[in-house]
Amino acid sequence: MRALLVAGLLAGLVGGVFAFAFAAVVGEPPVEVAISIEEQGPGGHDHGETEAPDHDHGSAEVSRDVQRTIGLAVATCAFGTALGGLFALAFAFAHGRIGTRAPRATALSLTAVGFVAVAFVPFLVYPPNPPAVGHAETIGDRTATYFAMVAFSVVLAVVAVRASARSGWLGRVGAALAYVVAVSVVAALLPAYDEVPADFPAQTLWDFRLASLGTQAVLWVAIGVAFAALLDRLAQRETKRATEAGLAAG
Amino acid sequence: MSQAAHAPIPFELPAIPIRQILPWAVFAGLLFLIVMYFVSTEQGAVSMFDGTYLHELVHDGRHLLGFPCH
Repeated sequence: MRALLVAGLLAGLVGGVFAFAFAAVVGEPPVEVAISIEEQGPGGHDHGETEAPDHDHGSAEVSRDVQRTIGLAVATCAFGTALGGLFALAFAFAHGRIGTRAPRATALSLTAVGFVAVAFVPFLVYPPNPPAVGHAETIGDRTATYFAMVAFSVVLAVVAVRASARSGWLGRVGAALAYVVAVSVVAALLPAYDEVPADFPAQTLWDFRLASLGTQAVLWVAIGVAFAALLDRLAQRETKRATEAGLAAG
Repeated sequence: MSQAAHAPIPFELPAIPIRQILPWAVFAGLLFLIVMYFVSTEQGAVSMFDGTYLHELVHDGRHLLGFPCH
């Protein structure tokens, strides 16, 4: 268990570094454009009056240079390490209980299911907003419904995986379909928000959302692959040790 | 040349008993979730501590990791 958790934390840190690199290169340009739009004032939407006092971009407290470099790195690495730890815990529960005995296959399946349940489905239901998009007065509701969506999605995914753990591929396809139907129903029941200002450039919004999805994909894939690689090293070390012990005994 | 007589003994990662995972899952899981909360939400939509430093510091990460920021 200890070895798994260490592997998860390391893989998470690796994932955070990769996610930072991707977000810094691909994500920051649309964020900069969005912030410059936001700072042009209340251009056609009521942002200027109602915005919380806490988002002066590039305020004296933290400059934009720090926000887009160190701040972004702190965020992705801390988040990645925590996610890697949770990944290791989920792996400990899944390994040997979801039909495959191969640790690498389990780790990669977990990557796929985790990315879809934690990142992709909530992304589709509540696509992330760049600065200057979204009303300040709904941030509380939007945050609550976003986390509710993540929670429902994760619970439904766990149920689907558990229900189909011992079945063949047809059963798994059935479970995946049931999951898609169930999250669609949840998404339809939760409130929707349509808050993109009419004059916000569509290209910037698209670039930002794609970059956000990409950042999360990079984070998950890097965690999954790094974790699988660390498991492989662990297995090799243990094989060597067991073999040497066998030689010594023989 | 005695190695030839010993094939490597492949290591197989055992399934870990739930009882053994559970304390780790509760303790570490809570810690990880708290870290994620601080990165994703604190001093934004929900605020336990006064100020905006944390919000400002992780601002871009919050947006690009897909959380509602403001």
